Amino acid sequence: MILIQNARVIDPSQNLDAERDVLIEGSQIRAIDRPGALASFAGQASRIVDARGKILAPGFVDVHVHLREPGLEYKETIATGTRAAILGGFTSVACMANTDPVNDSAEVTQFILEKACEAAQARVFPIGAVTLGLKGQALAEIGMMVEAGARAISDDGMPVMNSQLMRRAMEYARTFDIPLISHAEDLNLSKGAPMSEGAVSALLGYRGNPAASEEIMVAREIALARLTRARVHIAHLSTKEGIAQVKRAKEEGIAITAEVTPHHLLLNDEFILKGHHSCAHHQSRADYKMAPPLRTPADQEALLEALENGIIDLVASDHAPHGCVDKEVEFEMAANGILGLQTTVPLLLDLVARKKLSLKRMIESLTIAPAKLLKLDDLKIGKLLPGYEADLILLDLDRDWTLTPDRLASKSKNSPFLGRSFKGRVTMTMMGGVIKQEETA
Amino acid sequence: MIPDSCLHIRGLSDDRIHSFLSLAASIKRDPQKYSQTLKGKTVLQFFVENSTRTRMSFEAATRKLGGTSVAFAAASSSLQKGESLLDTIQTLCQYGIDGIVMRHSSGGSPEFVSQAVSVPVINAGDGQHEHPTQALLDAFTLLEHWKVSDFRGKTIVIVGDILHSRVARSNIHLLARLGAKVILCAPQTLLPSDLSLFPAVEIEHRLDSVLGQVDAIMALRIQFERQDDSLIPSKREYRNFWGLTVERMAALKKDTVVLHPGPMNRGLEIDPEVADSARSLILKQVENGVWLRASVLAQLIGGVKP
Repeated sequence: MILIQNARVIDPSQNLDAERDVLIEGSQIRAIDRPGALASFAGQASRIVDARGKILAPGFVDVHVHLREPGLEYKETIATGTRAAILGGFTSVACMANTDPVNDSAEVTQFILEKACEAAQARVFPIGAVTLGLKGQALAEIGMMVEAGARAISDDGMPVMNSQLMRRAMEYARTFDIPLISHAEDLNLSKGAPMSEGAVSALLGYRGNPAASEEIMVAREIALARLTRARVHIAHLSTKEGIAQVKRAKEEGIAITAEVTPHHLLLNDEFILKGHHSCAHHQSRADYKMAPPLRTPADQEALLEALENGIIDLVASDHAPHGCVDKEVEFEMAANGILGLQTTVPLLLDLVARKKLSLKRMIESLTIAPAKLLKLDDLKIGKLLPGYEADLILLDLDRDWTLTPDRLASKSKNSPFLGRSFKGRVTMTMMGGVIKQEETA
Repeated sequence: MIPDSCLHIRGLSDDRIHSFLSLAASIKRDPQKYSQTLKGKTVLQFFVENSTRTRMSFEAATRKLGGTSVAFAAASSSLQKGESLLDTIQTLCQYGIDGIVMRHSSGGSPEFVSQAVSVPVINAGDGQHEHPTQALLDAFTLLEHWKVSDFRGKTIVIVGDILHSRVARSNIHLLARLGAKVILCAPQTLLPSDLSLFPAVEIEHRLDSVLGQVDAIMALRIQFERQDDSLIPSKREYRNFWGLTVERMAALKKDTVVLHPGPMNRGLEIDPEVADSARSLILKQVENGVWLRASVLAQLIGGVKP
């Protein structure tokens, strides 16, 4: 038994924000009660944690990470990626299918789960491919992947351009009650574009990926969700108009959800021009290259507002490890994406400190909202209730620290936030009743 | 310390621009005086994209200053074998070079390289970003022709594929900085959608509407290799609306001059009669290119103080 005392417990799923003691027995939460009410268990506890001054929340859930294994182990492995998750406060992560081989079969899904089990860090929920080889031509064996443990399907960065095939995929996903996650990008409009289209791309002479590339595909997914009644989740929304469409679809009652990444909340395309002056670390333009690309400051503001008011349901990191051979090259050749698992929480805390985001919405967007998408409630994950898995974290809002490469558990170090100072971070992560990381004061 | 480089016009100070232009004039007046400026210095001509005139212009400029060029040709290089740009440039730097003149098909690459080496880097054209020495030699040619020290009161139109043109990007910055009123003329498919980070320019879709009011026309090369993008319907249609034809030449003011960065598609963006007319400064541009580039090399690599 482990007894955590005097924490400020925040669990938006039950509208809880109060001082509580939490008792953990085995892998589960046994009781949550007012401070002192569980004192009679203190004698039996193998460990008593004094969490005074800290926030205790359900373990965070990230529905969009790239763990790179199998096949791209020089960028990340399931062991290093899930360790980064634990250090960043995530006890559950869902990994995208763009490995080598692609996760388009039950065998690959099983392999991922076995590796995750060996690593024994965060829980891993594989996301199966929609189409074989992410080629957008024929459906993958979605049902068998679901049986093997996949909890969603997505072709992520290789979006299905054929609308008829996407319709079938949605209908098929409904059959197995899993969400279809769409990376909304019209590939014809975005072809050859390393950044968003606008004033900065014009100045730098790069082809631009217009906001319309996302808007068109968000509109298509909404139309198809209306037609098929499938659960559709829009990955990493980046545009103002994309948000407006999701809002209208929700008002209409369509089963649509959306996520945003911390970097789209914190950055915009002007950083490609100017870099990030608060960072001491050497930066290259490719540190700001991602898909979808960083959009305008107006889009960034709209994303913040939509997250706060719930039009955007959740935050996902799109943790995308890349080696220097992928990033330290010509901008147009550089790979898309940045690390996210260890920077998401501190970046969101920065928004909280600047009153751009409420603490409650922040925690909601990292716990119950993503847990709902993956139906983790069926597995008793995502809430602080007796009988639920003891996945929880302690958060110290006052801890000052600087992000240095040696802090990153990932094999890759591609983050534009290296060298940046933060206030607040996760200081303890428990998964299934086991403390996986803990900082001593 | 990061050495002084010439990466893009927008990053050059007014002082720097004026010193590049004025030293070019001095070298042109008295080349002998500068014939030993780069003595003992080696300039790497690092061209990771095909180029004839710009490379030869830089090589000639290096020679005129008494320096040595070593040329790097992408076609026969290890880049073709998969070596990264940084590995290639760091290897070449070990041969003892004092500066790099670099062309690359991807925008931002000279800047990227400049952060990894300890010698000056001169951008000889990067993707669709900038071609600063071309803009400087264009400005030098116009200033010389008009016998003025800036472009106040002058109207200059750039016509053609602005969207994909590094020459246009550098010229917009430089001409406006020197006081010109700049007009961009092209179909909307060949214009960037948002010019708000550039100096103020006027947009005119039809060439015929500006002919009578401009002091100089810069025609850009139309790149037909991009036709899979459906940017313009046909060559005939392009020439019909944006070609610098004999008929259009007749509508120009008497002393309006014509420039083209080359290589020209004669009969497409410019008629031969226009290119070879008395209005044409095209060969002057080529000649001045050597002096202007010598000025840049002399200051950044030869240490000549303006």
